[in-house]
Amino acid sequence: MKELSLHILDIVQNSLEAGAGNIGILIAEKQNDDQLIIEITDNGKGMTQEYADRVTDPYVTGRKTRKVGLGLPLFRQNAEKSGGSFTLSSAVGKGTCVMAVFGFSHLDRPPLGDMAGTFVLMAAANPKVRFSYHHVTDSGEYRLDTAEVNEMLDGMPISEPEVIRFLKSLIRENLLEIKSEA
Amino acid sequence: MGEVKSLADLRKIKEDLRAKMSLRENSNNPESLVQIKVAMATCGIASGAKQVMDFFIEELEKRNIQAVVTQTGCMGYCFAEPTVEVTLPGKDPVVYGYVDAAKADNIIEKYIKNGELVDGIIPVNYETIEKN
Repeated sequence: MKELSLHILDIVQNSLEAGAGNIGILIAEKQNDDQLIIEITDNGKGMTQEYADRVTDPYVTGRKTRKVGLGLPLFRQNAEKSGGSFTLSSAVGKGTCVMAVFGFSHLDRPPLGDMAGTFVLMAAANPKVRFSYHHVTDSGEYRLDTAEVNEMLDGMPISEPEVIRFLKSLIRENLLEIKSEA
Repeated sequence: MGEVKSLADLRKIKEDLRAKMSLRENSNNPESLVQIKVAMATCGIASGAKQVMDFFIEELEKRNIQAVVTQTGCMGYCFAEPTVEVTLPGKDPVVYGYVDAAKADNIIEKYIKNGELVDGIIPVNYETIEKN
C-alpha cells in the first residue's frame, strides 16, 4: 500500500467481516518520540490466541474466495520496515485490537495519506456501524464519532454526497488545525 | 479560510437534504436505484479501488443519477482489480474489471445511462456474493 490510510481501509474490512458494530481508529503522530501509531479496535467476533498468532502469515485467511490474505502481513511488514512494531490482541466474542508503530521520520514509512476521505468512505459505506476517530498530534487532538454525526443528521443518510463532502472537509480542516501530516 | 468547520454546521445541510429528499421519488425504495459495489479487499485497495469509489460517488451526483454506491469484499478476481459490480434495476448484476476513472466514466455514460454493455465484463457465470 502506498499510504497508511489505505492500510487502515483494508484492516477495517477485517473488522466489518468479523461483524463489528463499533470500530475505533486511533492515530498518534508523535514526532517528538519519532513514532507514528495506528490502532484499530473493534467489537467483532474476535479470534482464538492460536489463530491470532498465525494471522500475519499470508497463507492464513478467513475468506473462502482465495487462499491468501495479505492485509495484515503487508501492514506488519510496512511497520517493521520503518523500524516499528506490530501487535495484535484478540479475544473470542469480545473483539480485536491491531496496533502498528512506525518510525515517524524513517524513509520507508509510507505517508499517512487521505485520512479524511478514507474515514468518510468507510462511514458512508457502512451506515449501521459506529466509527470513532481519534487523531493525536504533538499540537493537539481531534475526535469524531459517527454516532454524533447520525444524531446531527436526524434520519438523513450519511451516504448522501453533500454529507460526504461536508465531513471530508470537516476532518481535513481539523487535522490541519492540529498540524497533522494527513 | 476563516473559522474551522464544526459538526454543528451539519444541521444546515440536513435541512437542505430533507427538502431535496422529499422531492425524490425513489429514495425509499433502493431496489429501484442503480446499485454499485466496489470490491475493497487488500487487492482492490492496492489497485486503486478507493479512487474509483470516490469517482462514482462524485460523478453520479454531478450527472444527476440516483445510485447506491457501497463497498464489498474480494470476489476472487484479484488479477482484474479494481472490480465493480453494477446492478441496474430489474437486471442481473454485471462485474467489470480493471476499472479506473476513464473506464468508470464509460460505465456511467454507456451502461448506466443507456444499458449498453462496456468492454471488460468479467465472468459470464458470475453470481453475486451474498454477504453474511
